[in-house]
Amino acid sequence: MFENKQVVVLGERDGIAGPAIAACVKSAGGQVVFASTECFV
Amino acid sequence: MDLGSQETIKRLADEHGAEQLLVILGAPDDESAEIAAETVVLGDPTYAGALAEAQLGLSVYHALEEEFRSQIDDDVWEEQIGIMADVLDAEAISAAVKGMREQQQ
Repeated sequence: MFENKQVVVLGERDGIAGPAIAACVKSAGGQVVFASTECFV
Repeated sequence: MDLGSQETIKRLADEHGAEQLLVILGAPDDESAEIAAETVVLGDPTYAGALAEAQLGLSVYHALEEEFRSQIDDDVWEEQIGIMADVLDAEAISAAVKGMREQQQ
Protein backbone atom coordinates (compact mmCIF):
# COMPACT_ATOMS: atom_id res chain seq x y z
CA MET A 1 0.00 0.00 0.00
CA PHE A 2 2.79 2.45 0.90
CA GLU A 3 5.37 1.44 -1.68
CA ASN A 4 6.44 4.39 -3.84
CA LYS A 5 3.75 6.55 -2.26
CA GLN A 6 3.88 9.91 -0.51
CA VAL A 7 1.43 9.64 2.35
CA VAL A 8 -0.83 12.51 3.42
CA VAL A 9 -2.34 12.06 6.89
CA LEU A 10 -5.54 13.95 7.70
CA GLY A 11 -6.32 13.12 11.31
CA GLU A 12 -9.12 14.62 13.37
CA ARG A 13 -9.22 15.54 17.02
CA ASP A 14 -12.53 13.76 17.65
CA GLY A 15 -11.51 10.73 15.61
CA ILE A 16 -7.96 9.49 15.14
CA ALA A 17 -5.23 12.10 15.55
CA GLY A 18 -2.68 12.74 12.84
CA PRO A 19 0.40 11.69 14.85
CA ALA A 20 -1.19 8.30 15.67
CA ILE A 21 -1.86 7.57 12.00
CA ALA A 22 1.58 8.88 11.01
CA ALA A 23 3.25 6.60 13.55
CA CYS A 24 1.46 3.61 12.02
CA VAL A 25 2.43 4.59 8.48
CA LYS A 26 6.09 5.12 9.42
CA SER A 27 6.23 1.81 11.30
CA ALA A 28 5.16 0.09 8.08
CA GLY A 29 7.85 1.85 6.05
CA GLY A 30 5.64 4.55 4.57
CA GLN A 31 6.82 8.08 3.84
CA VAL A 32 4.65 10.75 5.46
CA VAL A 33 4.92 14.07 3.61
CA PHE A 34 2.15 15.88 5.49
CA ALA A 35 0.24 15.18 8.68
CA SER A 36 -2.39 17.27 10.40
CA THR A 37 -5.05 16.94 13.06
CA GLU A 38 -8.12 18.91 12.13
CA CYS A 39 -10.76 20.17 14.52
CA PHE A 40 -14.32 21.02 13.55
CA VAL A 41 -15.71 23.15 16.36
CA MET B 1 -11.55 20.14 5.19
CA ASP B 2 -9.19 22.73 6.59
CA LEU B 3 -8.28 25.28 3.90
CA GLY B 4 -4.58 25.06 4.73
CA SER B 5 -4.64 21.29 4.30
CA GLN B 6 -6.31 21.69 0.91
CA GLU B 7 -3.59 24.07 -0.24
CA THR B 8 -0.88 21.68 0.92
CA ILE B 9 -2.49 18.69 -0.82
CA LYS B 10 -2.84 20.67 -4.04
CA ARG B 11 0.83 21.67 -3.88
CA LEU B 12 1.96 18.10 -3.16
CA ALA B 13 -0.13 16.79 -6.06
CA ASP B 14 1.45 19.38 -8.35
CA GLU B 15 4.96 18.55 -7.13
CA HIS B 16 4.81 14.75 -6.92
CA GLY B 17 1.89 13.86 -9.17
CA ALA B 18 -1.54 12.86 -7.89
CA GLU B 19 -0.85 9.18 -8.57
CA GLN B 20 2.02 9.29 -6.07
CA LEU B 21 -0.12 10.46 -3.16
CA LEU B 22 -1.98 8.28 -0.69
CA VAL B 23 -4.35 9.93 1.79
CA ILE B 24 -5.17 8.36 5.17
CA LEU B 25 -8.12 9.84 7.08
CA GLY B 26 -8.90 9.90 10.78
CA ALA B 27 -12.42 11.32 10.61
CA PRO B 28 -14.70 10.43 13.55
CA ASP B 29 -17.85 9.43 11.60
CA ASP B 30 -19.04 8.33 8.20
CA GLU B 31 -20.35 11.75 7.17
CA SER B 32 -17.12 13.64 7.82
CA ALA B 33 -15.08 10.78 6.35
CA GLU B 34 -17.13 10.90 3.17
CA ILE B 35 -16.71 14.68 2.82
CA ALA B 36 -12.95 14.45 3.37
CA ALA B 37 -12.69 11.60 0.85
CA GLU B 38 -14.84 13.48 -1.65
CA THR B 39 -12.59 16.52 -1.31
CA VAL B 40 -9.46 14.60 -2.35
CA VAL B 41 -11.20 12.54 -5.04
CA LEU B 42 -13.75 14.81 -6.72
CA GLY B 43 -12.89 18.22 -5.25
CA ASP B 44 -14.05 20.37 -2.35
CA PRO B 45 -17.89 20.08 -2.24
CA THR B 46 -18.12 23.42 -0.40
CA TYR B 47 -16.13 25.21 -3.12
CA ALA B 48 -14.28 27.04 -0.35
CA GLY B 49 -10.77 25.73 -0.70
CA ALA B 50 -7.94 25.14 -3.13
CA LEU B 51 -9.39 21.75 -4.11
CA ALA B 52 -12.67 23.23 -5.38
CA GLU B 53 -13.20 21.77 -8.86
CA ALA B 54 -9.86 19.95 -8.54
CA GLN B 55 -10.65 16.33 -9.39
CA LEU B 56 -7.37 14.88 -8.15
CA GLY B 57 -8.72 11.34 -7.84
CA LEU B 58 -6.32 10.56 -5.00
CA SER B 59 -6.11 7.15 -3.39
CA VAL B 60 -7.85 7.50 -0.03
CA TYR B 61 -8.44 5.20 2.92
CA HIS B 62 -9.58 5.65 6.50
CA ALA B 63 -7.28 4.46 9.27
CA LEU B 64 -9.98 2.04 10.46
CA GLU B 65 -10.33 0.29 7.11
CA GLU B 66 -9.00 -3.25 6.93
CA GLU B 67 -6.88 -2.36 3.91
CA PHE B 68 -4.88 0.03 6.12
CA ARG B 69 -4.97 -1.98 9.32
CA SER B 70 -3.60 -5.07 7.61
CA GLN B 71 -0.44 -3.13 6.74
CA ILE B 72 0.33 -2.21 10.35
CA ASP B 73 2.00 -4.30 13.03
CA ASP B 74 -0.64 -5.40 15.59
CA ASP B 75 1.21 -3.91 18.58
CA VAL B 76 1.66 -0.54 16.87
CA TRP B 77 -1.96 -0.55 15.79
CA GLU B 78 -3.21 -1.25 19.32
CA GLU B 79 -0.96 1.38 20.86
CA GLN B 80 -1.82 4.14 18.40
CA ILE B 81 -5.37 3.47 17.25
CA GLY B 82 -6.82 0.55 19.16
CA ILE B 83 -8.91 2.46 21.68
CA MET B 84 -10.55 4.63 19.02
CA ALA B 85 -11.41 1.56 16.96
CA ASP B 86 -13.64 0.52 19.87
CA VAL B 87 -15.41 3.88 19.96
CA LEU B 88 -15.90 4.77 16.30
CA ASP B 89 -18.22 3.04 13.81
CA ALA B 90 -15.58 1.44 11.61
CA GLU B 91 -18.12 -0.33 9.40
CA ALA B 92 -20.03 2.82 8.46
CA ILE B 93 -16.85 4.86 8.03
CA SER B 94 -15.26 2.18 5.85
CA ALA B 95 -18.36 1.96 3.65
CA ALA B 96 -18.42 5.74 3.18
CA VAL B 97 -14.78 5.99 2.11
CA LYS B 98 -14.98 2.87 -0.05
CA GLY B 99 -18.02 4.33 -1.80
CA MET B 100 -16.07 7.44 -2.66
CA ARG B 101 -13.13 5.39 -3.98
CA GLU B 102 -15.49 3.55 -6.27
CA GLN B 103 -16.73 6.82 -7.71
CA GLN B 104 -13.27 7.61 -9.04
CA GLN B 105 -13.12 4.43 -11.11
